Amino acid sequence: MATSFEWPWQYRFPPFFTLQPNVDTRQKQLAAWCSLVLSFCRLHKQSSMTVMEAQESPLFNNVKLQRKLPVESIQIVLEELRKKGNLEWLDKNKSSFLIMWRRPEEWGKLIYQWVSRSGQNNSVFTLYELTNGEDTEDEEFHGLDEATLLRALQALQQEHKAEIITISDGRGVKFF
Amino acid sequence: MDRFVWTSGLLEINETLVIQQRGVRIYDGEEKIKFDAGTLLLSTHRLIWRDQKNHECCMAIPLSQIVFIEEQSAGIGKSAKIVVHLHPAPPNKELGPFQSCKNSYIKLSFKEHGQIEFYRRLSEEMTQRRWENMPVSQSFQTNRGPQPGRIRAVGIVGIERKLEEKRKETDKNISEAFEDLSKLMVKAKEMVELSKSIANKIKDKQGDITEDETIRFKSYLLSMGIANPVTRETYGSGTQYHMQLAKQLAGILQAPLEERGGIMSLTEVYCLVNRARGMELLSPEDLVNACKMLEALKLPLRLRVFDSGVMVIELQSHKEEEMVASALETVSEKGSLTSEEFAKLVGMSVLLAKERLLLAEKMGHLCRDDSVEGLRFYPNLFMTQS
Repeated sequence: MATSFEWPWQYRFPPFFTLQPNVDTRQKQLAAWCSLVLSFCRLHKQSSMTVMEAQESPLFNNVKLQRKLPVESIQIVLEELRKKGNLEWLDKNKSSFLIMWRRPEEWGKLIYQWVSRSGQNNSVFTLYELTNGEDTEDEEFHGLDEATLLRALQALQQEHKAEIITISDGRGVKFF
Repeated sequence: MDRFVWTSGLLEINETLVIQQRGVRIYDGEEKIKFDAGTLLLSTHRLIWRDQKNHECCMAIPLSQIVFIEEQSAGIGKSAKIVVHLHPAPPNKELGPFQSCKNSYIKLSFKEHGQIEFYRRLSEEMTQRRWENMPVSQSFQTNRGPQPGRIRAVGIVGIERKLEEKRKETDKNISEAFEDLSKLMVKAKEMVELSKSIANKIKDKQGDITEDETIRFKSYLLSMGIANPVTRETYGSGTQYHMQLAKQLAGILQAPLEERGGIMSLTEVYCLVNRARGMELLSPEDLVNACKMLEALKLPLRLRVFDSGVMVIELQSHKEEEMVASALETVSEKGSLTSEEFAKLVGMSVLLAKERLLLAEKMGHLCRDDSVEGLRFYPNLFMTQS
C-alpha cells in the first residue's frame, strides 16, 4: 500500500519539516501538511491514530531525508485539521484522534444524496447496511468506518434529515 | 630565642663539628634581631652561632631542643632560610641572650648561601641523634631522652601554635593592606552622594545654570565614571556632544563603509573608531547615542536595528532589501546555504550574512531547514511552487 502512495514534492523538501517562522510561508506549509495527512490516511484506510504512532509513522518521519516533524509542530498540524473539521480528539489528553479525510457534513451529504436518488427516504437502515450492504457497493461511503459514519449521520440529524435509532441488534438510522 | 645559652664556642669532648657557614642571620620568629652577621656551626650536639664582628658573642642551642626544621627557599631580595622549631626552654636552663620570648621558632638566614648543604647536614644530625649516644657535660644535656608521650604532645602543640601565629600574622597583614582601600571607598561614596545632590539641584533649578555649564559639569561626572540619567531626560535623545560626534562619525566611517559593501555591524564601528582615536575613547553609550542622531541630522549614514537586535551602520545609499535579491540568487545557485557558507561565498562577516538571510526569510524569499545538522536556508518553494 505504502509503495503506491505518491508523496508530494514537499515531502522531499527539508524545510517542510521545520515550522516556518514567516507567517505567509507557514500558512502554505500547514496547508500542504493537512492535505498530506488526509490523503495518507485515506489511502491507508486509517481512520484513527495516536500521536505517538503519528510521530514514528513515515507520514511525519522521512527516514531517507533524515528529517522528522517535531511533536510540537505535529500538534499544530493536528489542530489545523481539527479547525477544518477533519479531526476529532478521542480523549481529553489529546493522545489519540479520529481522522476523516472528508468532513462528516460532506459524508452526510453524499449518503443523503444516495438515499434520495434511490427513493429510499422514510426507510430505515442498519449502520452495517449502509456501509457494507450490496446496494452501496458503488458508493464512496461504502466501507466507511463506524465512527465517521456516526458523525455523518449526526450531522444529518442536525439538519433534521435523519434520525439515529436503536434497533434490535444495534443502531440504525431513519431518513426523512 | 630564649632557648639559646651563652657559650665559649669551644667544642666538648665527644662533640664533633659537622659543618659551618658564614654570613648567617638569626630571626626571632619573623622578627629581625641584633644578631645579623655570624658564623653558624653545626656539631653533633649543638647549633652554635658566633658573631663575626665580636667573637665573644657566642651562643648555642642543643640539638635536642629542636622539634623539626623546614627550608624556606630564596626569593627576590630574600636569602634562603632554615626555620627551626623548638621545644619550650627547660626551667633550669642556663643564661642566654633572652630570658623569655613568645616565639617557638627561629629562622636562620643564609646571606652568603650554603643553606642547602647546611640543611642536609642538620637533617642528618637530627635523624642520627648522635648526641644521645655520646654524652657530654651536663650543661646541655637537657632534653636528652624525653618520654615519647610528653614530647609528642609538646611537639604537636608547638607546631599548632606556630601555625596559629602565622595565620594571625597573615590576617593582620591583609587587614592592614585593605585599611587604605576601605578609607578610599568611604570617600568615594561621599563624592558620589555629593555629585548626585548637585545634579538634582541642577535638574530642579534649570533656569539658573546655562546649558554649557551643565554640559561641562556632566562631562566631569562622566569622566569620573558617574553616568547621569538627567542628560537623556533634559535633552531628549541627544546632546550637542552627540550631535558633534555624529558628524565626526559620518566623516570617519564613509570610506570604511564603502570598502565593506556599505554595511558594518556597530561593534565593528566601535572598534574602528576607537582605534582611530587612540586617546579619549568613546564609550558604547556615546557611540549608540550619536548613531541614533545620524538620520535626523541628514548625514549620509544611518543606524539600523534588525529584529534580532543586531545593530548596524549603513550608507544611506545602501539598500539591504536589494542585497536580498542577490542573496536569493546565490542561495538558489547552491540549492541551500548556511550563514557561514553564505558569508564565505560573499565575503561578509557571518553576523551580517545571517542578518541578510533572515531578512530574505522575512520578505518571503527564503525558508529555513532547522535540524541537528544546523540551520540552512532554501529558496522559498512553498510560495513559488504549486
